Amino acid sequence: MTTLLAIGTGKGLFLATSPDRRDWAVSGPHFPMTGVYAVAVDKRPGRPRLLAGMTSSHFGPSVATSDDLGGSWQEPETAPVAFPEDTGTSLGRVWQLTPAGPDQPDVVWAGAEPSALFRSDDGGRSFSLVRALWDHPHRERWGAGFGGQAVHSVLPHPRDPGRMAVAMSTGGVYRTEDAGATWAPGNTGIRAYFLPDEWPEFGQCVHKIARDAGDPQRLYAQNHHGVYRSDDDGRTWTSIAAGLPSDFGFPIVAHPSRPGTVYAFPLTADGERFPTDRRCRVYRSADAGGSWEPLTAGLPDGPFYPSVLRDAMCADDHDPAGVYFGTRSGEVYASADEGDSWSLVAAHLPDVLCVRAAEV
Amino acid sequence: MVTVLLPGPLRSEAGGESRLTVAAGGTLRAVLDEVAATWPRLARRIRDERGDLRRYVNVYVDGEDCRHTGALDTPVPDNAEVQILPSVAGG
Repeated sequence: MTTLLAIGTGKGLFLATSPDRRDWAVSGPHFPMTGVYAVAVDKRPGRPRLLAGMTSSHFGPSVATSDDLGGSWQEPETAPVAFPEDTGTSLGRVWQLTPAGPDQPDVVWAGAEPSALFRSDDGGRSFSLVRALWDHPHRERWGAGFGGQAVHSVLPHPRDPGRMAVAMSTGGVYRTEDAGATWAPGNTGIRAYFLPDEWPEFGQCVHKIARDAGDPQRLYAQNHHGVYRSDDDGRTWTSIAAGLPSDFGFPIVAHPSRPGTVYAFPLTADGERFPTDRRCRVYRSADAGGSWEPLTAGLPDGPFYPSVLRDAMCADDHDPAGVYFGTRSGEVYASADEGDSWSLVAAHLPDVLCVRAAEV
Repeated sequence: MVTVLLPGPLRSEAGGESRLTVAAGGTLRAVLDEVAATWPRLARRIRDERGDLRRYVNVYVDGEDCRHTGALDTPVPDNAEVQILPSVAGG
C-alpha cells in the first residue's frame, strides 16, 4: 500500500509517498517557481492520473497531467483552460480541479479565476467554459476577496451527474440540477456580515464547501465567519459553529466514508487570522457539526501562528482515513487515524496552498 | 528576417533554442503571431488568450521596451532583434 500526498505550494508541487502514512519520502518541486493552487488525484478506471493547476507570475497559468505519478508531466500545446475570445477575459489561475463521478469517467471540472467553471471531457487535457454560469445575471455583482475572485469549490453529486454545487468568493454557493444548463444561488441562511443586507440571496464569502460521505444531500461550509451545514443539497444552511472556538477559517473537509464526520481548522477572526488561542488544533465533529472536539496529539504544543488555507486540508481514501493539512509556513502534517494523532510529513516547504492524498 | 531572443526559462518551450528566426516583420504582433504558429505553448507564456502581453513579460525591439513604443503595434523592421525577458517580479 502506497499513499501519495500531493502538496501544492507557492513555489511548486511536492509529492510525498509513504507505505504507512508515517514515514514519508518527499520529491520536488515539480513546476518550480509556480503557484500550484489546484491538484487532483484521479483514481477512476484506467488511471491514476495526477492533475496540477499551476500559475507562473511571469508566464501565466496552465494545467498539466501525469499518468506515472509525477514521473513525467504532459501539457497540451494549446491552453488547456482559456476563456473564449468573445468573453474578453483571460484566465487568472485555476483554483480547483475535480474529477467527476465514476459514471462520467472522462469528465473533470476546473474552478477558475475570475469566477468561472470549466468542463473537460478528455480527462483534464482540455476544458471548455460552462457558459450558463458565466452568463449568469448575478456575475457582474460577484466580488473579489483578498485571494482573488474565483470558483474555488466544485462538488459534483456522487449519484446524479446533473447536479452539482460550486462555491465562489465572493458570490457564495450556486447549484445546478440540469447538468449546468441553469444555476441558482444556494445561500439561504449564510450570513454576510460585511454587507448592509446581512442575509442576501448571493454575495456571501464562502471559503470552502464539502459534501458528506454518506448523505449527498448534506453539505458543509466554512464561511467568512460562520460554519454551516445544509441538509438539502445546498439550498438552505444552518449554523454548526456553536461547538467551535471560532467560526472563522478557510478549509472544511468531510470524512471520505464516515457520514457526519467533518474537520475544520478555526482561526480567531477575520481581523485576527491566527489559530484560536495560538494553538495548532484541528477540530473534528462526528455528529455533522452538533459537537466538535480539538485534535492535538502530535501537533506542536507551543504558540502557533500559521493559518491553513482553504484547500490545504484534505482526507485520503483509506479506512481508517488519513487526514492532512499544510500551513502557510510550509509544514505538512498527516494523521493515519482519522485525526486522533498526527506526525510531521515535511517542514520548511514554501507556503502550502493545497493538499490532496490517495492510495495509489 | 527578425531574430527573437528567448530567456532561459522559455527555451524548453522552443525545442531548447535560445533564438528563433522569424520571416515576418512589420509589427511586433505579427512577429509573435508567427512564433505562435510554430510554438503555441511558448506563445501563451508571452501573451494571454486575449492576445495581450503578460504583465511581467517584457519585450524589447532593438533594445527599446515595446510598452513605450506602441506595444504590440511596435514596428519591427527587417533584421530587427526582438528580445523577450521576464521582468523583476515575484517573491
